[in-house]
Amino acid sequence: MAEIWNGFIRAIELIISLDPEVMEIAGRSLMISVTSALLAWAICMPLASLIHFNRFLGKRALINLIQTFYSVPTVVIGLFVFVLFSRAGPLGGFNIMFTPAVMVVGQTLLITPVLLGLTISALSGVDKSIVDTARSLGASGLQAAFVVVKESRFAVVAAVVMGFGRAISEVGVALMVGGNIKGFTRVITTAISLETSKGDLELSIALGIILIIIALAINLALNRIQQRS
Amino acid sequence: MALIETVNLCQRYGGQYVLKDVNLKVDRGEVFGLIGPTGAGKTTLLRLIDLIDTPSSGKIYFDGVDTAASGKLRFELRRRMAFVLQKPVVFNASVYDNVACGLRWRRVGKRATRQKVEDMLEMVGLSAYKDRNARSLSGGEAQRVAIARAMVVEPEVLLLDEPTANLDPVSAATVEELIARIIERRAVTVVMTTHDMSQGQRLADRIGVLMDGSVLQTGAPREVFSFPRSRRVAEFVGVENIIDGVIVSNEDGLVSVDAGGKTIQAVSALAAGERVCACVRPEDVILAVSPPSSSARNMFAGEITRLVSAGSIARVEMDCGFPLSVLVTKRSVDELGLEKGKRVYASFKATAVHIITKGKAD
Repeated sequence: MAEIWNGFIRAIELIISLDPEVMEIAGRSLMISVTSALLAWAICMPLASLIHFNRFLGKRALINLIQTFYSVPTVVIGLFVFVLFSRAGPLGGFNIMFTPAVMVVGQTLLITPVLLGLTISALSGVDKSIVDTARSLGASGLQAAFVVVKESRFAVVAAVVMGFGRAISEVGVALMVGGNIKGFTRVITTAISLETSKGDLELSIALGIILIIIALAINLALNRIQQRS
Repeated sequence: MALIETVNLCQRYGGQYVLKDVNLKVDRGEVFGLIGPTGAGKTTLLRLIDLIDTPSSGKIYFDGVDTAASGKLRFELRRRMAFVLQKPVVFNASVYDNVACGLRWRRVGKRATRQKVEDMLEMVGLSAYKDRNARSLSGGEAQRVAIARAMVVEPEVLLLDEPTANLDPVSAATVEELIARIIERRAVTVVMTTHDMSQGQRLADRIGVLMDGSVLQTGAPREVFSFPRSRRVAEFVGVENIIDGVIVSNEDGLVSVDAGGKTIQAVSALAAGERVCACVRPEDVILAVSPPSSSARNMFAGEITRLVSAGSIARVEMDCGFPLSVLVTKRSVDELGLEKGKRVYASFKATAVHIITKGKAD
């Protein structure tokens, strides 16, 4: 019990003193997950618009399929990316295995279904009368679509924030394709996992607290966004 | 040539006709009012005219051009019109950006846009709100933004779908006054729908009565309200006394209608034997407590069955062989001592009776 308590005290000290190792790991986590979230948004926004604004056979089925992938296990994505980018894999030539770049690829893949699904529902959440109004005021098809995208912005930002939350809190992809290399690919979740098994509770708890603070910040941000929309 | 013309226009949803063989002509500069009960197809017709929807069958001509020619043509023609929807819809942006959007889509220069938007905001009285988010406005203010947004592109045709239906009475009056000003000031053709007949009467040059997807009558407001062509139109435009009967004689245009034993005299060209409805507006009936010595051809005695006061006006319902509604001033009620059960005499002129042949659209 005393060990846990000491670990907790020491963890607070690490955070308050802005311990270089803790800050470096947290910074990398943020960097990788923010990049993944933005990349996923860049993919999902046009893709979701394409799906939402077009009528085609199997649209409903496609959306169901996307929703199925909301809860895809992180290790499955990790495995998939590993196979793709390992030396013998089809994309092995990029030689990015065990780098932050491949972690970004993995996390982007992981959160794309959620982001895509949520962006589609954000677009369908825009009242039909908005499109009618835009068209009746002389908007072309593209201009009217742009109005809908603009109207959905708060819901889309909320989706991106949610995607970021899933990316920063996952461990499977980061561990399998990042490799938890100290000073290079080690992020909060992989560090906690390793340090805990090594018995270094102080660092684990400090990073855990930071992760919870980030989660709290995400939640607050989401609440604010939802209030505005 | 009419600016807008519909020919045998039909719209079906799921096998049901929402509009059936609508033939309308609206001239340039005219204010055309479409009146009809909720669900009659008014909005559907406006959406077709604005070329937002495509009809199941039939044609729409805009300025003599068949609008079905191509999507590009429909888009270009749509840009010559502006449509204000029934529910005030504003974009989640500032009032200024809301009003400016139509100009931006038409690639109007920044300076010209600013000038036009500011002029328009001035006209609708919302200059002070230009930086506010339009979503934070009240319903009436939002509808004024919607009207400004429509008018700023200087459309040839302004389509208004029940512009005051969702507003409180004060906002509705403000919006109606604004529409009246637009009609007065600008050379714009207006097609507006309303289920408020008095609004149609106040604003429109011509009125079309749309019921169950068909246009039953068009004409000047006065004509439609005074001389409805069918019982349904008569009921809708507020003719309260519609008495069924049969013409028993016609002497030089003066007909006698037998209404369940009572004879009503009216002016009509119809021949004896024709089944008709005799319409009498409640404001055209005069009440007296003793047999009047007026020249009115119709005089009936009866008992008051109901008396309802509404401000300075009272509605008297009486039974004189057939039910008859009469409007009198509150003062007359007091002076004549009108009350339920009292025996009174109702009189009205033969020219105050409008005769409708039965079976016509019934």
